[in-house]
Amino acid sequence: MLYFSKLRIISVIVFTVIFSYFAFSNFVKFDDKFFSKNINLGLDLQGGSYLLLEIDNRPVITQKLQAKIIELKRYFKEKQINLKNFSLKGDTILFETTDNEIENVKNILNDKESDVNTYYPTYKSHEFDVLEDGNLFSLNYSRYGLVLLKNSSLDQAIEIVRRRVDEVGTNEPNILKRGNDRILVELPGLDDPNRIKSLLGKTANLTFQFISQNNEESFGTEKLSFEDGSRDAIVSKRIILSGENLVDAKPTMNSQTNETVVSFSLDRVGAKKFGKATSTGVGKQLAIVLDGKIISAPSVREPIIGGSGQISGDFTFQSATDLALLLRSGALPAPLNIIEERTVGPDLGQDSIDAGILSLFIGFLLVILFMIYKYRAFGLIANLALVSNLFLLIGILTLFEATLTLPGIAGIILTVGMAVDANVLIFERIKEETKNEKNPIIAFDAGYTKSRTTILDANITTLIAAFILFFMGSGPVKGFSVTLGVGILTTLFSVYFIARLLTSLYVVKNKDKEQLL
Amino acid sequence: MSNISFNKFYRKFNILSLILIVISLVFLIFKGLNYGVDFKGGTLIELRTTDKTNNISLIRDSFNQMNLGDVSVKKFGNETDFIVKFEKQNSNDPEFIKNIQNKLSSSIGDVDFRRVENVGPKVSSELLKSGIIAISLSLAAMLLYIWIRFEWQFSLGAILAIFHDVIITLGIFSIFSLEINLSIVAAVLTIVGYSMNDTVVIFDRVRENLRKYSDIKIFDLTNISINETLSRTIITSVTTLLALLSIYLFGGEILKGFSLAMILGVIFGTYSSIYIANPILVALNVSQRTIVKEEKD
Repeated sequence: MLYFSKLRIISVIVFTVIFSYFAFSNFVKFDDKFFSKNINLGLDLQGGSYLLLEIDNRPVITQKLQAKIIELKRYFKEKQINLKNFSLKGDTILFETTDNEIENVKNILNDKESDVNTYYPTYKSHEFDVLEDGNLFSLNYSRYGLVLLKNSSLDQAIEIVRRRVDEVGTNEPNILKRGNDRILVELPGLDDPNRIKSLLGKTANLTFQFISQNNEESFGTEKLSFEDGSRDAIVSKRIILSGENLVDAKPTMNSQTNETVVSFSLDRVGAKKFGKATSTGVGKQLAIVLDGKIISAPSVREPIIGGSGQISGDFTFQSATDLALLLRSGALPAPLNIIEERTVGPDLGQDSIDAGILSLFIGFLLVILFMIYKYRAFGLIANLALVSNLFLLIGILTLFEATLTLPGIAGIILTVGMAVDANVLIFERIKEETKNEKNPIIAFDAGYTKSRTTILDANITTLIAAFILFFMGSGPVKGFSVTLGVGILTTLFSVYFIARLLTSLYVVKNKDKEQLL
Repeated sequence: MSNISFNKFYRKFNILSLILIVISLVFLIFKGLNYGVDFKGGTLIELRTTDKTNNISLIRDSFNQMNLGDVSVKKFGNETDFIVKFEKQNSNDPEFIKNIQNKLSSSIGDVDFRRVENVGPKVSSELLKSGIIAISLSLAAMLLYIWIRFEWQFSLGAILAIFHDVIITLGIFSIFSLEINLSIVAAVLTIVGYSMNDTVVIFDRVRENLRKYSDIKIFDLTNISINETLSRTIITSVTTLLALLSIYLFGGEILKGFSLAMILGVIFGTYSSIYIANPILVALNVSQRTIVKEEKD
């Protein structure tokens, strides 16, 4: 165990130097990109926001089911099959057919080539599950149909979220899918998450609808309240124009009224629609509705045919900027709820780093002093192994650009405390062996050999805990499992290569001394 | 090498452990754990006030006026730092935190929200579930590992020692109403690893000695093994405790609960390796035949 070939000695030194170098590169700046890697600081250390958003798919599902009813009606009408009594009960489409058409309808809906109930060969499932009871049919989203629907609405939402976050301009945001209805947004270094939160909390569904002449709610109209909550108005359900037709929006100053407004421009289709509606509706009030609330309802004085217009309504410059941003980035397919938020201010992050580094130094110092007190020369060897262990650990974390969190720093300190264990096991074993064996080289060799299984056993148990934590834990806790796990590997390296190398050099040189350890 | 008769006190310490476990279980069942927002849901705000005259009751009063459910306010390290926790969290209102900050500024002067954690009921119950799964999974993995490496008598001893440590550590958290959050789960998992580590070192020695001496009874054999590994046990727990103590004292308020749980775990883990794991080998009457039989199979 004590013999080291030249090649091995050189490899150990080279390996240690390279990783120690990476550890140092965190503190020294280099020009070259490859050589100046840095450990990523977690949100809890550099400050920032972690937001978990959940998409509320219920409105999308209802919308899609309503569209499906229209599609079914049209489809069967073309085939001259009579269906009646369409209704939507919860998430189920119900309809009836005549007795002699039952088989026919069933075949169409269960056909693998069906246009109206798509079949997904990969999932071996239709979009809808079809049940029939006599002449009464019921259609439900199948498990996979629902998964696909949720995935597509999540994909759309994530795109919109990304646009909105990018528009605000934070540095290196991290936007990820979580499951099939969640989006994780990490915003490092963000001072005030409130603005982004309120931007992400809005669906931003913009529509233009005429205010009805009637004062009573009736078929084809709905009652909507004004944004400021001052009053309600009866609005026609017919949508003249929606946000989809917008190509640009920006905050501007209206020179006549000296008000901040949002001016927008429309695509060709939108401009045509808008021009037509405003020419027939001169004199009427046009309500500008955002997420079911009326922002303002100006009267149409003349037809607007240029394809651009302005939205007015008690804006500050900030709120006009935000509305323009929302309109530019488009509407979310469904509302998003923030179901988890963790925000750390930058000064707390810095305090945590300072406290973490301070406790690392003190813990390190205490362990080093204790080891020297306990083992003298061999304590020094164990300490050298410990120092290089620390460099290796930080070096590896840097090389892989791992994320260091506050619990991660705790993991490093804990590694310092537990790393000496292996050397202690070896040294204690050697002490026992020296009692029966006078030749120190043989005694040392036996000490290393006999303690090996125990050391492996002991480290594997901690490694198991770290592994499970890595797969089950989230955020900061994951950082802990990474440092703990990598710490075990570097510990084994530093004990079996660095400390053993130093021990063998020392023992060979001093083999004639009475008591080495 | 030391020669302490640990085995003379097996019975006494077993009774003590049993009492501690019963007390812990009683508290865990009837008082329960003090879950933080991670597991209970709700909002946590770490705030720093500019006005030094602000105290806990003043801050509690201003929060109570906002209808946020149960509000708790605690000092957090500095004179001007406080931790406020309340039940309500509002995922539908993105302006929720902003409004609180505005109201607070008008009643107690400028406040800086240094940290905000807002966890919805769905997420908190998921986090709790995955925490419990993680701990159970680690126990199962340890059991599996030691079952492969050792005979079943040893596995039982090691696992009971781990249960002992985890139950008492959580019991202490329950008795003193200390907060259980995500980092405590990490601490418990590490305790499981550490306790196992410590037990394995002694067990390895017991097994080695079982092969060496056929005429020594397990009661004395465990004692010899404990003594032979004692100086390692002490040195390792001292260095680990030094590191943890340094986190506890200098690592900042956020890591206090985590390091405290670890400190308790290391102390009980070291104790249980000697006084739980070994007496179980004695009770199961492990002898040279136990390991020879397994090795023949």
